[in-house]
Amino acid sequence: MHSAESHVAHHFPHAKAQVEAGKLGMWIFLATEILLFGGLFCAYAVYRANHPEIFVYAHHFLNKILGGINTVVLICSSFTMAWAVRAAQLSQQDKLVRLLAVTIFCGFVFLGIKYVEYEHKWKEGLLWGKRYKPVHQELTKPKDVPPPKPLPWVNPEEQSTLPPPAVPPQGLSPEVKGFSQEGVVPQNVQLFFSVYFLMTGLHGLHVVAGMVVLFWVLLRARRGQFSSAYFTPVDLAGLYWHLVDLIWIYLFPLLYLIH
Amino acid sequence: MEEHSTMFHVVPMRVLVAVWLALMVLTVITVAATWVDLGSFNLWLAMAIATLKASLVVLYFMHMRYDHPFNAIVFIGALLFVMLFVGLALIDTRAYQPELIPGYAPGMGGKS
Repeated sequence: MHSAESHVAHHFPHAKAQVEAGKLGMWIFLATEILLFGGLFCAYAVYRANHPEIFVYAHHFLNKILGGINTVVLICSSFTMAWAVRAAQLSQQDKLVRLLAVTIFCGFVFLGIKYVEYEHKWKEGLLWGKRYKPVHQELTKPKDVPPPKPLPWVNPEEQSTLPPPAVPPQGLSPEVKGFSQEGVVPQNVQLFFSVYFLMTGLHGLHVVAGMVVLFWVLLRARRGQFSSAYFTPVDLAGLYWHLVDLIWIYLFPLLYLIH
Repeated sequence: MEEHSTMFHVVPMRVLVAVWLALMVLTVITVAATWVDLGSFNLWLAMAIATLKASLVVLYFMHMRYDHPFNAIVFIGALLFVMLFVGLALIDTRAYQPELIPGYAPGMGGKS
């Protein structure tokens, strides 16, 4: 039996058919991943269309420099991954192992920077939903509008979730001023951080999953299992890793660079 | 190697380096574009650059340019469905826009 054929399962007529089938399967999986993130992108689009002032205000709490560095780190890891696939295709075993190691290292750098960002938001209380309790109140409460004092017979713990009656709906009366103006803090900023943590969190989980897969590929590469005759696991793990990079390419401008 | 050259395409090293450099330059342009105020066009510019970057990654790093075209159909099909999903949701959102109370976002669990 030809050495190149030893990896071919019996239901495939030849190696090329197996490679093509594997790739098609991976692309279908990537399509489901795109649809998974598509739901979150949809939530982002709807909330941003409805409440642009919240997004403009809240994105100032994200560190553009750290986000930019992470973008560069992921692009570099994508480059080393594509290079690793090339090394596998050319049977350059040592180079393949080194490039996979660099790619995994870039994943660690990305997660480390992400940790710094998350920790900062945790300390500042900039979290999702009910956990949004900003530490620096002067940053998040309008200075000129004092909070309404509860009446003595009202339990101060009980607060209505209804909008204040003085705020009329648009179109019925003169437009409420101040909500979209610079320097005035909008309400419900936690909305942005819910979207932020969901999107970056799910993306971060994908980075971790990609690193686990790449580590498995690295172990196999060290045993010399990949060559120009057989490198499908390197190829498919690479496709997954590039998808993680693709999603970040969109997340970075959408979350960090709001104008 | 003759047998393998028909099985897969090895991307030349200078193409990989060129794509990497292009992605770096485009990242810098994305950041630099936020210093210029173009109104709502800023968002479209950022999305256009991101799509250009994504296309480079898909075409060269993910080998789609050299791959079986059916893989591209699967991938682009998923993108079209996401665009349909987001587009229809946005049309619906726009229809309800006049009823919104500025600064009030219910259902997000915070104090209003």
